[in-house]
Amino acid sequence: MNLRSKDLISIKDISADEIGHILETAAGFKDVLGRDIKKVPALRGKTTVNLFYEPSTRTRTSFEVAAKRLSTDVINIATSTSSVVKGETLLDTAKTVLALGADIVVIRHKCSGTPHFLARNIDASVVNAGDGTNEHPTQALLDLFTMKEHKGGIQGLEVAIVGDILHSRVAKSNIYALTKLGAKVRLIGPPTFVPDCLKGLGVDLYTDMNAGLEGVDVIMMLRIQLERQGKGFFPSTQEYFRNWGLTAARVSRAKKDAIIMHPGPMNRGIEIASEVADSSRSVILDQVTNGIAVRMAVLYLVSGVRE
Amino acid sequence: MPKELLDRKDIERAITRMAHEIIEKNKGIRSICLVGIQQGGVHLANRLSAKLKEIEGSNIPVGILDISLYRDDLNVRKEQPVVRRTQVPCEINDRKVVLVDDVLFTGRSIRAAMDAIMDLGRPSAIQLAVLVDRGHRELPIKADFVGKNIPTSMEETVTVHLTGDGTEDRVELE
Repeated sequence: MNLRSKDLISIKDISADEIGHILETAAGFKDVLGRDIKKVPALRGKTTVNLFYEPSTRTRTSFEVAAKRLSTDVINIATSTSSVVKGETLLDTAKTVLALGADIVVIRHKCSGTPHFLARNIDASVVNAGDGTNEHPTQALLDLFTMKEHKGGIQGLEVAIVGDILHSRVAKSNIYALTKLGAKVRLIGPPTFVPDCLKGLGVDLYTDMNAGLEGVDVIMMLRIQLERQGKGFFPSTQEYFRNWGLTAARVSRAKKDAIIMHPGPMNRGIEIASEVADSSRSVILDQVTNGIAVRMAVLYLVSGVRE
Repeated sequence: MPKELLDRKDIERAITRMAHEIIEKNKGIRSICLVGIQQGGVHLANRLSAKLKEIEGSNIPVGILDISLYRDDLNVRKEQPVVRRTQVPCEINDRKVVLVDDVLFTGRSIRAAMDAIMDLGRPSAIQLAVLVDRGHRELPIKADFVGKNIPTSMEETVTVHLTGDGTEDRVELE
């Protein structure tokens, strides 16, 4: 089976079958990660370029490890040290990268829609590693993979996503993916972060944390972006923690076997209590490992599509 | 109309003989591990393992191996191979690995399987068991245990049907 597109731009645009196919493929790659020799020759001779217009350690490293385990060559371009600071346009940078022989371009950009623009203009496969407040498709895929591993499937799961939904591309990709695969999604946070218009996505909204967590299978915490402080979204980090921070007492509202997720990096004591982050129900480090397997699957699958 | 080359009984006899040959060549089954190549080889590996247990009385580990990431045609195929699980439950270092596949044809799958096995460890030997050898090798590869040699033309297709309980077993040529 092939994906329909040479690119992975958004979860919104792919089908439930395609999501299922990526997750199944990722299971095969997870086997590879458990071996002494964690490398396969599948994409030998191909080149992956990581084009990151926003600071990122975890996603970039994860893509880099995934690409290397598939035997592709990897070139990292961090725009703060490249000719972008000299005023080169995105398309010119991308065309230069292609001239260097790139087969896959992984891009992160602060403007929503950038990966889509790039995908239309170049022949190489484009993988979205996060664009503005729009989507972060591989994060959602690794989150679903982790849920599937712990819960056996996605259909019928009750998933609570807590925090700054409005600005979160992680939340958006997860909402699309989870609803496509038949999970029920609740969004929890202050009304400034969870505005009423989100109801249109087929989810339930809660401002009360305790009510929202009642009986859920999965608690997914989002990072509070501290740069939003003082802009009227929430009064103070202390008050935020008091109302929407994940404490052990609040976790007890969820199902007994509920798992706790966080895309990282965590703000301990702001959105999540340390004891909860380090508890046995936390699968945060599983998410990191699974991220490599899922990204290997994505790189492998997009490079198999010839248009 | 496909022509039936082997029926249930023929396959049963072939598996019995191959099991005896595996035991004879390896002087028992103590140091061997069967590894079936996804998907066709997995059923046959399980059947061989059951037969070996029947004869020798001890369990023999069976692994499954996916070779899609090791194929030599990834860049030219239209349809991308589906990546499946690889699970080899035994330590393969210093063990004899018997690779199992349903049909031996060009030998390219076996080349990929040997590379995949080598990435899992260093077996003391790799042997090859196939139910049908249809000829047309493109690589210098030869099976150690063969159920049946069937001369074919390039245009023909050999299909092996094996089921868990053995009731629907047959080999067809089309």
